[in-house]
Amino acid sequence: MSTHAVADSATMLRRQLRHMKRYPSLTFMLAGMPVVFLLLFAFVLGGALGAGIGGPTGGRAEYIDYLVPGVLLMTVASAAQGTAISVAMDMTEGIVNRFRTMAISRASVLTGHVLGSLVQTMISMAIVLAVALLIGFRPDATPVEWLAVIGVLALLTFALVWLSVALGLVSESVETASNLPMPLVLLPFLGSGFVPTDSMPAGLRWFAEYQPFTPVIETLRGLLLGTPIGGSGYLAVGWCVVIALGGYLWAKKLYARTR
Amino acid sequence: MHTTPSAITTTGLRKSYGDKVVLDGIDLDVRQGTIFALLGPNGAGKTTTVQILSTLIKADGGKVSVGGHDPERAPDSVRAAIGVTGQFSAVDNLLTAEENLVLMADLHHLGKVEGRRRAAALLERFDLVESAKNLASTFSGGMRRRLDLAMGMVGAPRIVFLDEPTTGLDPRSRRDMWRMIRELVAGGVTIFLTTQYLDEADELADRIAVLDHGKLVAEGTAEELKRLVPGGHVSLRFADPAALDSAVRAFGDVPRDDDALVLRVPSDGGVASLRGLLARLDANAIEVSELTVHTPDLDDVFLALTGKPQHERQPAP
Repeated sequence: MSTHAVADSATMLRRQLRHMKRYPSLTFMLAGMPVVFLLLFAFVLGGALGAGIGGPTGGRAEYIDYLVPGVLLMTVASAAQGTAISVAMDMTEGIVNRFRTMAISRASVLTGHVLGSLVQTMISMAIVLAVALLIGFRPDATPVEWLAVIGVLALLTFALVWLSVALGLVSESVETASNLPMPLVLLPFLGSGFVPTDSMPAGLRWFAEYQPFTPVIETLRGLLLGTPIGGSGYLAVGWCVVIALGGYLWAKKLYARTR
Repeated sequence: MHTTPSAITTTGLRKSYGDKVVLDGIDLDVRQGTIFALLGPNGAGKTTTVQILSTLIKADGGKVSVGGHDPERAPDSVRAAIGVTGQFSAVDNLLTAEENLVLMADLHHLGKVEGRRRAAALLERFDLVESAKNLASTFSGGMRRRLDLAMGMVGAPRIVFLDEPTTGLDPRSRRDMWRMIRELVAGGVTIFLTTQYLDEADELADRIAVLDHGKLVAEGTAEELKRLVPGGHVSLRFADPAALDSAVRAFGDVPRDDDALVLRVPSDGGVASLRGLLARLDANAIEVSELTVHTPDLDDVFLALTGKPQHERQPAP
């Protein structure tokens, strides 16, 4: 075990940040997908969906408020996909084999990816939130609630990024790595991200209510807009911890495996 | 030479993937401060050997010592002593040459000032100063290999592994690479080189081991190996059978081809032996219409050592 885990992880994070700076287009692409969905749902579908959801005013403005938490999760999922791709790409290059022949902290390559993706995702989310505010998103969160929102999003990102590092490692090719995290991008749809779960048929509704993204979305919605959170907060944190730990252990095992 | 301690030793090194035996009991002894070449065709097990010695994969059996440590029991001690340059350049394409070297310096915990100093020195030494600020992805094959080698040197390793360092390079880049490898040894580093080219092993190595299908088939200096190879000869073509006959009288029992009017006179291809041969032709007033020098190559070594030329073998995947 190397005693330089922190220093090596910091070095690897600098490497990831430099990659990001060199190719900012990837960060914008990762932010672009959720922005497109945000605009589609707000302006193409928002009128009808807003009317369906009802509420004091109904309509598009109401729906944009409802929509944003789900789009933020989609941002995280989209970034996770980017992580899986960049991990898989890294593994196909000789540089990782070089790292393996050096007396450095074993997991630092992976930690670098995770921390780099965390930064990247936070940037994407800032972009998505800025667009949301521009088109009429009006949260009523207090500063403390905003901090909690950032905390929940960071925790979820941390969890999904570890999972996607493992997915990137398990993929034999970059193509597989870009396909494996696809379900994550769809999960906000199969939850309370875009429409309330009670509008869904029984089987789907059961899945939508119990899948991990729904409590996270409900928690964010509660913090941002003041809807009731209930037990969702604990459930959200619990899911994140479980996914992060599972992803971390899986990724570590995959990386240590000798061919 | 037995006073020099060993840098790398292996005894009965074995490795299989499934039921495919890749290394079948390899014994090696590489002395400190020398260049050792592992010579063999694709699929002979060269890269597997390097991967085991550099802690990338585990051996199935046998004893291994690299820089006095067992790669399996004390991988980090081995890693601290070695530098590796792979067959596929292990550089970060999204970083510049300088950033790649500073990355290595950071991972060796050299500190900012010393790291930059060493990076600058290596850029200079490996002829990369002009491209220091360019992305590695824009580099030519030769530049990538040089950067790769430079990255392996950042930690000032005592033992350097070079896995096919010149495969795919143009002749000039190849010669540059050879020069730089020789300079490393002058600094006291031990080099473990794999190659499929006899001329490369000949040019660089103090000792050469020939690997074939996971087994060592020969070991020795370049001279010793070439003595095993009967492939070196001068081929003389004559205008008519009479000239061929008089040449046969002059050179005695050497292989002849009556249809092509060709005589194969054994020779090491050196100037001295050619001068002797020409003198003998002159002395006997023999007219030669064509003369070609054939120096031994890997094919000849394989023909001599295994009874089959390399290209008739099934390359292992």
